[in-house]
Amino acid sequence: MPIYIDQNTRVVVQGITGRQGSFHTGQMIAYGTKIVGGVSPGKGGQSVEGVPVYNSTFEAVEHHSAEASILFMPAPFAKDAALEALDAGLKIIVLIPESIPLHDAMEIMAYARQKNAVVVGPNTFGLVSSGNSKIGIMPNRYFVPGPVGVVSRSGTLCYEIVGHLTENDIGTTTVVGLGGDRVVGLHFIDVLKKFEDDPATEAVVMVGEIGGSAEEEAAAHIASSMTKPVIAYLAGKSAPPGKRMGHAGAIIERGRGTFESKAEALSKAGVKVADLPTAVPPLIKTALADK
Amino acid sequence: MKLYEYLGKELFSKYDIPVPRGKLVERADQAGQVVDELGGVVIKSQVLSGKRGKAGGIGFASDFAEAEKEAARILDLEIDGLATEKLLIEEKIEIEQELYLAITIDGSAHRPLVLASLDGGMDVEDVAEDRMISWPVDVTLGMQGYMAREICRRMGVTGNLQKELVKFLPKLYRMFREQDAELAEINPLALTPDGLVAADAKVTIDDDALYRHQELPRITEKTALELKAEELDLAYVELEGDIAVMANGAGITMATLDMVKHYGGEPANFLDFGGGADLEKTSQSLELLLGTDPKVLLINIFGGITRCDVVAEAFVRVKDNKGIDLPVSFRLVGTNESEGRTILEKVGIKTFTSMDEAVRHAVELTGTV
Repeated sequence: MPIYIDQNTRVVVQGITGRQGSFHTGQMIAYGTKIVGGVSPGKGGQSVEGVPVYNSTFEAVEHHSAEASILFMPAPFAKDAALEALDAGLKIIVLIPESIPLHDAMEIMAYARQKNAVVVGPNTFGLVSSGNSKIGIMPNRYFVPGPVGVVSRSGTLCYEIVGHLTENDIGTTTVVGLGGDRVVGLHFIDVLKKFEDDPATEAVVMVGEIGGSAEEEAAAHIASSMTKPVIAYLAGKSAPPGKRMGHAGAIIERGRGTFESKAEALSKAGVKVADLPTAVPPLIKTALADK
Repeated sequence: MKLYEYLGKELFSKYDIPVPRGKLVERADQAGQVVDELGGVVIKSQVLSGKRGKAGGIGFASDFAEAEKEAARILDLEIDGLATEKLLIEEKIEIEQELYLAITIDGSAHRPLVLASLDGGMDVEDVAEDRMISWPVDVTLGMQGYMAREICRRMGVTGNLQKELVKFLPKLYRMFREQDAELAEINPLALTPDGLVAADAKVTIDDDALYRHQELPRITEKTALELKAEELDLAYVELEGDIAVMANGAGITMATLDMVKHYGGEPANFLDFGGGADLEKTSQSLELLLGTDPKVLLINIFGGITRCDVVAEAFVRVKDNKGIDLPVSFRLVGTNESEGRTILEKVGIKTFTSMDEAVRHAVELTGTV
């Protein structure tokens, strides 16, 4: 049972005429995603990869009753575009840009709450319902159907781990990129709840990293409310405190957000923490066999 | 971007938040003159360190000679490895009570979070949890009067202090929002006979929002090398070891460093050259790393929007132009993998497909040079 999106989800691409927007529109269509329209103010009437381009998101929604949107644009323009998508009634917004100002992100999230919409990211690779549809920029070939749900704060590391699963003939149900920023829409807990309720998902992999408290909060939730097995990999064990490790959110501040704190919280909650990315598939195999 | 105390206080003044009268000086003799103007003073080192007080970076003086002596002492101090270049000299204020007040961002709740306590003036880590009141603010509502009153009620604050706080909080919140702050912390917030005064100021501005705050000065805590990397738009952190690491993506770069340590090696840096870097940027990343004189170079590429052939071409270009004499361990998979591999084989570089093998090889290589 697909969660968040399925093969029928109708998607708008905001910023479709840019280099990234047009390239990934092609990639998403190749994966099977229903891209129904694109938006690029001032470029309405054109077409990209066979997709009609509109001047406004409202216009695209009027023509195609779209449900979801993916955004490709420089960070300073992302707030306006995201608020437009929410105001136009879209219920899933995927924010690809990184470096969106924190206060902009908070305003987007506040409006999404009012509109009962789901925001994925910012600074995410998006999400994919394996074999059905993807709204994101992940490489198509690693995302094949199977019994494992994956949720990750980082992109390439998630591909690496999903790649290891695929090599071991273990496919995925849904893979969600939460995004590397400090204020992101979806958190581990939101996605873990969906996986718990999804009959197709038999085990879960969470890919976390240093900084913030999302892993600790997830651990508390797993201990109290999850019956399905969860395997974790955490990046940043060797990171020095006070330094931002690529992601805005990956920083140990005032002694908080350390690898040790996260690993301990997860272990206590019964989560097996893999010490290497290659250790994830054997742990998942064991978890699936024990069921 | 962290602001020095004096810059934080300049911002406060713009928002009508009371701060002690003071002057910024760079020489000890100037400190003496300020005493003549203000009377008894506090002399504070302007460094971006939370250890300033404990390290002796704050002094007191009541006459010219004393001020000059204290100022000279503090200017000579190195705090947390940082030199003191400027001193903020402020009038001594009459403090009746010390509070703690901060606004930060709660990533889990997607909201600004007000933190307030009656236990001001001490290390915030030492404040008991039940003595710290926290209140998340919905940005669509902003700081309303009832919120300030409710924060006071929960703190157990009444009377004059309540009146003062209810006036004070919206000003700090407005500054926090308009200046794109990620932290605005006042410890202590001093109650004086004239009302509340921000005796200290710790303000951090969101780096990603600096483009819309051209009026603010630019302050950096980065090393020269990290600054160069910033110019190239690379995520770079200097570390202590001898294996230079280059990878694409923050998470996988962190995981590569972790794996180097796991197999007994020491990474020299964190370098994430991002997704979809072109030939130029990839070459510059490589050149930057080679400039740090590492023992071994480890490149870990999992190509999604990053193309393996572009990375391989960049490597060959740098090798041809600048020479790459050190041992290299190269992992290359993903988009245009076979093209990339062919390019590298022509210059005698073997590649790994497994990250694990590439990292182990890099660690082994450190033993051979």
